[in-house]
Amino acid sequence: MSHIAKPAARHPGQPVNKLGFSERDYEGGMSTLCAGCGHDSITAALVKAFFELDIEPHRVAKLSGIGCSSKTPAYFLSASHGFNSVHGRMPSVVTGANAAERSMAYVGVSGDGDSLSIGIGQFAHAVRRNLNMLYIIENNGVYGLTKGQFSASADLGSKPKKGAPNQLSPIDPVNMAISMGASFVARSFSGDKDQLVPLIKAGIRHDGFALIDVISPCVTFNDHDGSTKSYQYTRDNIVETIHTDFVPPRQEITVDFASGEVTSVRLHDGSHMLLKKVDKAYNADDRAAAISYIQHHQAEGRVVTGLLYFDGAEPEFHQVSGTCQEPLRDLPHNELCPGSEALAKLMKGYR
Amino acid sequence: MSGHKVNNFVLKMANVNGTGSASANGLVSKAIFRMGVPMSAKNFFPSNIQGLPTWYEIRISGDGYRARAGQVDVMVAMNAQTYKRDVAEVCSGGYLIYDSTWPWDEQLSRDDVTFIGVPFARMASEAFTGSRIRILMKNVIYAGALAALLDIDMAVIKQLLKDQFGDKQHLIDANHKAIALGYDFAKENFDCPLHCRLESDSKTDGQIVIDGNAAAALGCLYAGATVGAWYPITPSTSLMDAFAGYCNKFRSGDEGNRFMIIQAEDELAAIGMVVGASWNGARAFTPTSGPGISLMSEFIGFAYYTEIPAVLFDIQRVGPSTGMPTRTQQCDILICAYASHGDTQHVCLYPANPEECFEMAADAFDLAERLQTPVFVVSDLDIGMNEWACPEFTWDDARRPDRGEVLDAEQLAAIEKFHRYLDDDNDGIAARSLPGVHPKGAYFTRGSGHNKFGGYTEDADEYQEVLDRLKFKFNEARHRVPAAVESGAHDGEVGIIAYGSSDGAMIEALDRLKEQGLDAAYLRIRGFPFGSEVQKFIDRHEVVFIVEQNRDAQMRTLLMNDLGVRRDDLVPLLHYSGLPIYADFIVQGVLNHLQQRKTA
Repeated sequence: MSHIAKPAARHPGQPVNKLGFSERDYEGGMSTLCAGCGHDSITAALVKAFFELDIEPHRVAKLSGIGCSSKTPAYFLSASHGFNSVHGRMPSVVTGANAAERSMAYVGVSGDGDSLSIGIGQFAHAVRRNLNMLYIIENNGVYGLTKGQFSASADLGSKPKKGAPNQLSPIDPVNMAISMGASFVARSFSGDKDQLVPLIKAGIRHDGFALIDVISPCVTFNDHDGSTKSYQYTRDNIVETIHTDFVPPRQEITVDFASGEVTSVRLHDGSHMLLKKVDKAYNADDRAAAISYIQHHQAEGRVVTGLLYFDGAEPEFHQVSGTCQEPLRDLPHNELCPGSEALAKLMKGYR
Repeated sequence: MSGHKVNNFVLKMANVNGTGSASANGLVSKAIFRMGVPMSAKNFFPSNIQGLPTWYEIRISGDGYRARAGQVDVMVAMNAQTYKRDVAEVCSGGYLIYDSTWPWDEQLSRDDVTFIGVPFARMASEAFTGSRIRILMKNVIYAGALAALLDIDMAVIKQLLKDQFGDKQHLIDANHKAIALGYDFAKENFDCPLHCRLESDSKTDGQIVIDGNAAAALGCLYAGATVGAWYPITPSTSLMDAFAGYCNKFRSGDEGNRFMIIQAEDELAAIGMVVGASWNGARAFTPTSGPGISLMSEFIGFAYYTEIPAVLFDIQRVGPSTGMPTRTQQCDILICAYASHGDTQHVCLYPANPEECFEMAADAFDLAERLQTPVFVVSDLDIGMNEWACPEFTWDDARRPDRGEVLDAEQLAAIEKFHRYLDDDNDGIAARSLPGVHPKGAYFTRGSGHNKFGGYTEDADEYQEVLDRLKFKFNEARHRVPAAVESGAHDGEVGIIAYGSSDGAMIEALDRLKEQGLDAAYLRIRGFPFGSEVQKFIDRHEVVFIVEQNRDAQMRTLLMNDLGVRRDDLVPLLHYSGLPIYADFIVQGVLNHLQQRKTA
């Protein structure tokens, strides 16, 4: 995808992380998306999250499908391995890549068209496999690159820039993922960096499939009165349910939330998620209750955000498959090829 | 029937599918093989689980011919639904064995065929209890009757049962009982053996019986493939089943599995997984059939353009569309060669038998990684699912996988800057890096227009430069794919080209033609793009036939396209009924055409 190269100039006083990288080292090319696009805010949140997690950029693979959202891997982590695949098929590529090398971090960036129309099958099956990856849907309700057609996530009655309101029910990736057994499901808003960055960090560290559906307004085709994916509509109707903070391993947990019930959840690598219920009625570990709560608010036109479902105990892809710890691609030939003697013995069974 | 047919006849069983006949039939064919008599066995089965007609045909050939014979000497007619056609198929002088529990419809009888009635169902119900066991044992009883009628070595049968059932003594006992019932009945009531009979030999020493799919799976195992992604589709399913079996045997342990088999949600995902795994440095493959190739085409083009290795097995079945899923054809020659939109060309290998399935499976990974491109092993149902006697496979322990031009961490550290599609040594191949190995190795893989540095481009020259290198690289593959092999006459006027599973029928046809005074040369194509030997063969012969198992002479089209051969220079002999080709079809086709040329 297109991007504009950024100048290499760097401020000497920039803060660095534990690996000695500055935030600049986690950036990518200059975005060629429309000015004000929600996707660029998500890109910025990804940069910040990876910087703060002290991950070596080259140990990250960033993959995408086709569409505006799928262009964004060019705009962050230029020192990572990028893979812009075919429309709606990013999950299968991550599945194979992860099968071959289980120790790297995988982030997939997709959109509502890429994940909920052409790619809904692959999205569903990546969830089902509990593939160890962070899956971000940059959800704006429209097809931007083909000039503003409704996508499958457009809300009922949402008005396009031109033409008749949407008459088809939306497909909600959050409801879908929770009902299909996803282990980490969150929704956020591109304009809410404070919420998004810790969610991304937790999602990367989660040992399994982490979905973050990010409402990301399309300033060109879906940011007008009557749109339910506009900045204004989202700000007016957002309901934060559980506030999340992320504490890396070996760092002291200090609860800085003013009040409310706080739960600390230990992730696989020793880091912690701090979950503060904003609405005490909400239960993030009860699938049925979560779906019911989200749907109830949806019916009232409200967008529920935060970490909406979490189960840290669900075995991920490799655990289910019983694969060895060493990445498959690194296994030496003699551990894979049984050799001539074994073959001769095997042949006897075919007599 | 003229005279005796010793170790040279066709035995066919007509059954109802889902009645457990496969194990009885397998017992018979395996016993013949272990008697040292060359045989090959073919299943003609319906796309169904239970209740429809199914046939098992054993070609017994002391000369070692492995193709379908095109006629039947001894028919075991166990399915009343198909009596009529089964009777019609028996050659004059042959035999038909039927279940005489029920009266035979005399209208079906033929004067030139000997009818042998054995009350299989009655014997089974008298000797065994339980409906399922009776159905199963009815089959074993006819195996016993065949042992007497055809002179199959009972000691061999007993050993086979022991090998098969191990310490499950009750199963061995039940099978022995059933075998004896059939054997004794035949001995008492008929003049055993028949004119068609067996005699122990030593011609299968050093041979095994295996199907092509299992052989291909074994090739994948030995090549070091670690990721297999697939979607179940007939007739390729048994390839992944076999791979799973070998992996469980050789690659499991306390430390976990040294393989990952992923049953994908569809073929689109299966190939996506292969591309992802190969991009990340694993040897990955997918077995499929024609409909799967159609679905995978988008990703195949992606892998071609982004230069990611991938190994695909197309176990061809009858098309178009769903076609006849359990019948064989060579109808995906063109789609495999050119799958996907845009200018794409793919390396194809055409195994002719299980031994080549084993070898070419291993070769395919080397080629795919060396050339950084998808490689197709184009097999078919006949090779893949039928049982072939072939030489024992061997493996050279000195062989190491050719992983192609892959820069390791040290090499990456030493270079100033890595550019993914820069071909430094002008061999058409640009070195690749694997994700996560070294910071300098990071690059962006994209199916959109890219320049030789790996950057996005919409620039005409930059785009074309990469596309031209891909063409150059593909041309280089000519010298790397297995060369065509030539046999038969060296200085004749008639040449015949064939490939894949037509080989068995071709070998036999050459002998038959020779008997009729025609000494023809035979070229078997084994890889695409074609080497110069193919062009030379065509140029050298006055008349060149191309034998194919499809309607449209797809290989001829490929030859015309790749070599510039003129359409009229290749005379197609096309067999596309869904049944495997047989020698006489080729013999008649060749002779008829030559006759027409003479009179024209």
